[in-house]
Order: sequence, then C-alpha cells, then structure tokens
Amino acid sequence: MPQLDPVIWFFVLGVLAGAARADLRLPAAIYEFVSTVLLLAIGLKGGVELARDPGGLPFAELGGILLLGFFLPLPAFALARFVGRLPRADAASLAAHYGSVSVGTFAVVMGYLATRGITFESRAPVWVVMLEVPAILVGIVLARGLSGNVAWSHLLRELFLGRSIVLLLGGLAIGWLAGPEGTPSIQPLFFDLFKGVLALFLLEMGLIAAGQLPTLRRHGLFIIAYGIAVPLAFALAGAGLGNLLGLSLGGVTVLATLAASASYIAAPAAFRTAVPEANPALSLTAALAVTFPFNIVIGIPLYERIAAALAG
Amino acid sequence: MEQFPRRLLTVVTEAVLERDLVAELESLGVRGYTITDARGKGSRGRRHSDWAQEGNIRVEIVCEPSLAERVAARLRERYYDHYAMILFMQDVSVLRPDKF
Repeated sequence: MPQLDPVIWFFVLGVLAGAARADLRLPAAIYEFVSTVLLLAIGLKGGVELARDPGGLPFAELGGILLLGFFLPLPAFALARFVGRLPRADAASLAAHYGSVSVGTFAVVMGYLATRGITFESRAPVWVVMLEVPAILVGIVLARGLSGNVAWSHLLRELFLGRSIVLLLGGLAIGWLAGPEGTPSIQPLFFDLFKGVLALFLLEMGLIAAGQLPTLRRHGLFIIAYGIAVPLAFALAGAGLGNLLGLSLGGVTVLATLAASASYIAAPAAFRTAVPEANPALSLTAALAVTFPFNIVIGIPLYERIAAALAG
Repeated sequence: MEQFPRRLLTVVTEAVLERDLVAELESLGVRGYTITDARGKGSRGRRHSDWAQEGNIRVEIVCEPSLAERVAARLRERYYDHYAMILFMQDVSVLRPDKF
C-alpha cells in the first residue's frame, strides 16, 4: 500500500464517521476559521516567496492560465449536455464547477509537494485566483446566453469579493510587504501549523462529502464517471499548458491539479443565485463526493507522474 | 398595559439567499428583522447548519399586516419555484407600535 500523507487519513476518517452517522460535527464557525487560516497561509507563503525572488509576475504565463479558465468549461459542458443528456442549466453548472478550482485541493497538493521536497513557483496562489472566476462566468453564459437576464454587476462583485479571492490576494500582499524578515512572528500559526490545520479542514471535508452520498446514489454512474474522467482530461490539459509555459516540475503538477479540481464554494454559491433552476445537489455532489476525494488520494500522485513524464 | 396587534412573518430558507433577501425586504419597506442560522428537514431534504453552503436561515419580521402580505407575495413570486423556502404568519402583540 502506498504511503498516504497522514492528512488524507483525516479525510477518510471524516467520510467513515459521516457515513456511519457518528456523533461528530464541527460547528460552522470552525470550518470558517480553518478555511480562513488555510487561505491566508497559502497567500502569505506565496507572498513571502515572491518578495524573496523578485522575478515578478510573467504576464504571458498568467494570460495563458486565464485562457485555460475560460476554455475548460466548454468541453465539460459538451460532455454533460450531449453525452450525459443533462438539462442545459445542470450541464452549465457542472461546467462552471469543473472549470473553476478548489483551494482545498490546492492546499493538499502544496502539502504533498512540500513533503517530497519538490518546489514550485511561488506565484501559484495567483494561478488559483486566475482560474477561479472565468469558468463560472462562462458557465452562467452557457446556461443563460449572453443576453439572458443576469445581474452581472452584482454577480461580478460577489465573485471578485468572494472570501477565497480576498484572503488569497490579501495574504499574498501581506507576505510580499512583510517579506521573509517580517514574517517570523506569524510563522507559528500560518506556516508551522499548516499541516495540522489542513488535517482539521480535511476531517470536515470528509464529513461534508459523506453527507453527499445519498445524492450520489440517486444520480448514479454518470456522475461518478464524469467526476473522474473530467479531472483526468483536465489534468492533462493543465500539465500540457504548464509544460508549454516552461514551469518547473512542481509547477506543472500544481497547474495540472488546479485544472483537475472542481469548485465547491464559489461556483455553487454563484449558480444558486444566478441560475437557480440548476440542481445544486448534482454539481456539488460530483465535486465533493467524487472529484475531491479522487484528486487528493489518487489524482495528485498521478499528476506528479504526468508532470515528470512531460519533463522527460 | 396597552398592546398593539402586529403580524409576525417567519421565513425559513437557504442561507445563500441572505443578502438578496435582506435587500428585497428593505426595498419593500421592512424596517427591522432578525436572522438566525437554522437546520432541519423539508421537501428538499435535510438541511445542515454546519456548512454555509447548505445551511438554512430563519428570518423573522414583525410589521403591519399589510406589509407582511406584500412581503409574502413578493417572496412567493420570486423564490418559491427554485429555492427551499417556507413562510408562515402569526398574530402578535407589541408594546411600542411606532417601532414596527
């Protein structure tokens, strides 16, 4: 049996406890706190590294990643609509969820690479920000058409001022301003405890994923197949782009993982308000109960191998 | 002690709607409301409160009966089709009518 990172076992514990209806529930405030610490830690880490290595932000690379965010929902939509024969709103919702990213998965790949001593580009948190929003916009257009009545200004505000973007960019800015000399005072909470906080986060994610299992049973095979096939294909696209952009081995792994990950925070919230007729349980279940576990247990080590193979 | 009749409107719905709902209530002229996190079970399945994505809220509004009717009609028209939402009304008495 391959050596699993201990944090993954916390996720497994959460799933088992949730499925067995064990007396285990973390209050909502704990989830909010833990995810806030993770987002800030990811941002801070990137910011400190950026301050240390003044390479700046290569705009061609960020542009390429932004385009990836706009492109990914299209095949995801086509597969759900024409192979899965889902209603248009549901297919668009799946497309938005799978085109967008999961910061939780990003945290796991960070931990995975750190354990293996593989470095990656310090600006990777910026990639998360670039990939989060475009797919959601494309998904909403796929559901509604360009002329559909969508309160765009309201929606864009919600998306760009969402928790994850504010905390990631805020953490990046603070880390960059403080630099390596300025951060020792906050190091214990944000850097040293990262894995412990991630473990708590994954325990909660396991409980939440277990809560989706009844829905999974109802929607059956298509959702399982979709939730595994799409991340695999998208990981290849992400790895290919990363390789093309000349990223490091760690960077290609991270970009492949990001492309493979599916949003379960920003996309569901945006779709719930902008496209209410889409079935929220369908996309959330696929993202949380199929794709998230697949990525953190099987996907990430596989994407690292794909990255290594591409690097030749 | 003099008491004045008012209507208590209670709405139980998805937490994700909170901001839109508050804007809607204020545009209709509601001056005060109380929101609490809630969990429970209904026709759309079990709703948890331990995760904001799937949580419910309970909104309570005490106001003039005519305003309660207008709010109820608007919410029914706008949200009943696609969202988990119930609402109910009760007659209540208040001591300071100018507040409600």
